[in-house]
Amino acid sequence: MAPDTPTALTRKSFMSDQEVRWCPGCGDYAILAALQRTLPKLGVRPENTVFVSGIGCSSRFPYYMNTYGFHTIHGRAPAVATGVKLANPDLDVWVITGDGDGLSIGGNHLLHALRRNVDLQILLFNNRVYGLTKGQYSPTSLLGQHGPSTPLGSVDYPVHPLPFALGAGARFVARAIDTVQKPLMEIYERAYRNKGASLVEILQNCPVFNDGAFTDVAAKDVASDRQLWAVHGQPLVFGKNRDKGLRMRRDGCGIEVVTIGEGGVSMDEVLVHDETNLGLASLLAHLGPPDAPMVFGVLYCNPAPTYEHQALAQNELARQRYGEADLDALLRSGHTWTVSGNEDG
Amino acid sequence: MDYPSRERKTLDQVVVRLAGDSGDGMQKAGEQFTLTTALAGNDLATFPDFPAEIRAPAGTTFGVSGFQIHFADHDVLTPGDRPDVLVAMNPAALKVNLGDLEPGALVIVNTGAFTKANLRKAGYEANPLEDGSLDPFRVLEIDISKQTLAAVEPFELGSRDALRCKNFWALGLLYWMFDRDLAPTLAWLDEKFAKRPVIRDANKAALKAGHAYGETVELPSGIEPYRVPRAKLPPGEYRNITGNEATAWGLVAAARLSGLEMVLGSYPITPASNVLHYLAKLRHFGVTTFQTEDEIAAVCAAIGASFAGKLGVTTTSGPGVALKTEAIGLAIAVELPLVIVDIQRAGPSTGMPTKTEQSDLLQAMYGRNGDAPVAVVAAATPGDCFHMAIEAARLALRAMTPVFLLTDGYIANGAAPWKIPDIAEIPPIEVKFHQAPEGFHPFLRDPKTLARVWPIPGTPGLAHRIGGLEKDYDSGNISYDPANHHRMTKVRAEKIARLADVIPEQDVATGEDHGKLAVVGWGGTFGAIDAAVRSCRARGAAVSHIHLRYLNPFPKNLGALLSRFDRILVPELNNGQLVKILRSEFLVPARGLDKIAGQPFKVSELEDAILQHLEQDA
Ligand SMILES: Cc1ncc(C[n+]2csc(CCOP(=O)(O)OP(=O)(O)O)c2C)c(N)n1
Ligand code: SF4
Ligand SMILES: [Mg+2]
Repeated sequence: MAPDTPTALTRKSFMSDQEVRWCPGCGDYAILAALQRTLPKLGVRPENTVFVSGIGCSSRFPYYMNTYGFHTIHGRAPAVATGVKLANPDLDVWVITGDGDGLSIGGNHLLHALRRNVDLQILLFNNRVYGLTKGQYSPTSLLGQHGPSTPLGSVDYPVHPLPFALGAGARFVARAIDTVQKPLMEIYERAYRNKGASLVEILQNCPVFNDGAFTDVAAKDVASDRQLWAVHGQPLVFGKNRDKGLRMRRDGCGIEVVTIGEGGVSMDEVLVHDETNLGLASLLAHLGPPDAPMVFGVLYCNPAPTYEHQALAQNELARQRYGEADLDALLRSGHTWTVSGNEDG
Repeated sequence: MDYPSRERKTLDQVVVRLAGDSGDGMQKAGEQFTLTTALAGNDLATFPDFPAEIRAPAGTTFGVSGFQIHFADHDVLTPGDRPDVLVAMNPAALKVNLGDLEPGALVIVNTGAFTKANLRKAGYEANPLEDGSLDPFRVLEIDISKQTLAAVEPFELGSRDALRCKNFWALGLLYWMFDRDLAPTLAWLDEKFAKRPVIRDANKAALKAGHAYGETVELPSGIEPYRVPRAKLPPGEYRNITGNEATAWGLVAAARLSGLEMVLGSYPITPASNVLHYLAKLRHFGVTTFQTEDEIAAVCAAIGASFAGKLGVTTTSGPGVALKTEAIGLAIAVELPLVIVDIQRAGPSTGMPTKTEQSDLLQAMYGRNGDAPVAVVAAATPGDCFHMAIEAARLALRAMTPVFLLTDGYIANGAAPWKIPDIAEIPPIEVKFHQAPEGFHPFLRDPKTLARVWPIPGTPGLAHRIGGLEKDYDSGNISYDPANHHRMTKVRAEKIARLADVIPEQDVATGEDHGKLAVVGWGGTFGAIDAAVRSCRARGAAVSHIHLRYLNPFPKNLGALLSRFDRILVPELNNGQLVKILRSEFLVPARGLDKIAGQPFKVSELEDAILQHLEQDA
């Protein structure tokens, strides 16, 4: 038996020896636990797994994973992670970012990692606030958010992560909630299996600076009416009795909520989820309370060749086209001449 | 026929400047002149000087593009202060360049471009060809436009395309004047325009016509063909090389010598872009080039690649370095190797993108938050970029640290003959990825170099986390311990200082290792300073030239060497940067000599300054 035959891995195999230092009750704990539970099932090896993060409470994440990890600088994790992938495409690379890290200071890098389709699992912890710097509003904060820098309430409109990602050309876009563990684990797995940039927005509660930011969708008593979990090939229905659904509007372009059986609406009219349909994904990505449920699950998955695959294929193409690299020949390419010792001016 | 005037007069050196509109193809003509001059066995140096605008408005003075070449039968250190021959393709080119000429210089003017409209655009009230302003010079007036049109007539080009051949007509005339072989340029045209045979043939015809014009037309007295004998260069195989080519190839050589593949993150910026272009052509060398969304991403991708075990490199100019600053600090904190190439240009801010300067030294040395030391090296000549790129990588990999390679627009674009090195003679660069899990933590250090280990992802048993937060010396874990931070800061500084163990001792480029005056330069000013010091010494001055290529750490003997001189003069193309460092580091009475004009030093400027300095002493 080969000495390096992998032993069965457990959740513990992915837990580092570092004490977790988030505030009590922080949604980040659940996000971490779900991932530590998921990775053993995926058959990944800790030594082939890399977590790259920016700066923020969320970006502390790599320290708690018993894998390779790189806690970089604010907003730049997608760029560092792209370099890791170009250097070694065989590594499984996860990017951990926050709403501030990924959408303010690092919005540009996120956009480009998505459009390039670098094979990364990008987990965006959206707590709609700057946690680490103590509660300033973030680019995903809703209008009127109060905080130390906005005592009178914020006046700028929020960016929505999933429409942003789709607009950037992302080919895998999903949404999850910190506390709803099982679907979160399933989404991790889907993101992992997708070869390309997979963006997962995770609604994360920050009990210290933005407590209850998602109660309108996450609270137990409203969950079934405010959450629609999209499943490819299944009708887009929700509600306690699963009697509410989404259908195309009759009076224009868009989606409306209908109750099946009411006003002659039948199940046939309800849209069936097609993860490969960008138009549908864009419509779903924008939905949310109060007019509609928020859509969770994999909204869009339409794979394409990855950036690093194509970039490294060009290295190979160059080898085929120009032959093996010959440094001496390179230095002598073009015109050269020889000066011999005894030459007379 | 054999006119006595056609006997070639022998010259030991000549400086030729081609000047025209930025659309006139002066750079192309200059490059071809450079190539044939090198093949003819002269030593040479060039200075392309072009506007930032790709196509500045035709006929204007700010749209003038120049290319200067100095060639000689002896070693050439600079492109020359003042042209002996000026080719002015239009009034604006004449206006911009006339002030640089000494009386008696030869001016070849394209009279065809001296139209009323062009004279007005150049700001001439009277035609300088008629008002006596060219009297101090030898003038050769030719309607190059008309001559070119006639030469390319059989090809039935439109008049625009036909006129575009006039740079090759002028080049043909120069080839006749300096006894150059047409063959290499004809071959180049064959290759360049293989897919456009009409353009190819028209340019060939123009080149030959210009040459034939010289052979056959009776020229005014005092204008004659010349011959510049071959230079006596050390034996070996030579080529022409520009600094940016040499930088690109040096990086590739460094990767080869270290057995690493290279990942280049880069964002286009003048005058650094063509290093990216050259490397993009060398993907088969295991070079992955990545044009990123900005300079921050470029350096971050390089750092990510280093983390994963490649040689991470990023190339840029000053404004790009400013953006990379925070990430360079990260690489210092996590102790990963990284080569940052800064091809300096005139600043601050956008400054003068196509003009040279040495004003990023302090940025490279100190421009970061926290105590964040890096190694800094600088290339002295175009060819030296090759060697210093290798040195930058060698130091980065030895100490697990970012290293700056500073070059500048002048040596980046300038060309010089380069003795092709034998790669087999360059010592390999030793790289070891850490493997052993026993007692492992990510900040274990080599006791000699203080470099940390390099454990790369994919290695079983070495999973670890690094980041910009301060870490404990003994475990690599995050630490806010006051004494530990003090210690780590000292260790990071000491690690860079210990690179002095492997950099060469400082030599004296010209002159004695002691005396009245040392002229201390760094980087791309080597040629001008050395030429000036040599010429002052020839006049009996007691002066030496010391040229620095290792700026952090300095060579171990530098302090002692400087202390053996009474005075130290530090010429720099900035407002006094190295001079500050030398004064603070060695407490020596160094004086600065600054030029901040976007132009390289003229040898004469330096000669004057040196002699003045010595007089003060007397
Ligand atoms: C260059 C830079 N600017 C500012 C900061 C301060 N800073 C650290 S985290 C952060 C915001 C983090 O917000 P988010 O990404 O939403 O993460 P969270 O803490 O909410 O998880 C800021 C502004 C920094 N570390 N670096
Ligand atoms: S501040 Fe908020 S986001 Fe940060 S750890 Fe505390 S609860 Fe979590
Ligand atoms: Mg946040």
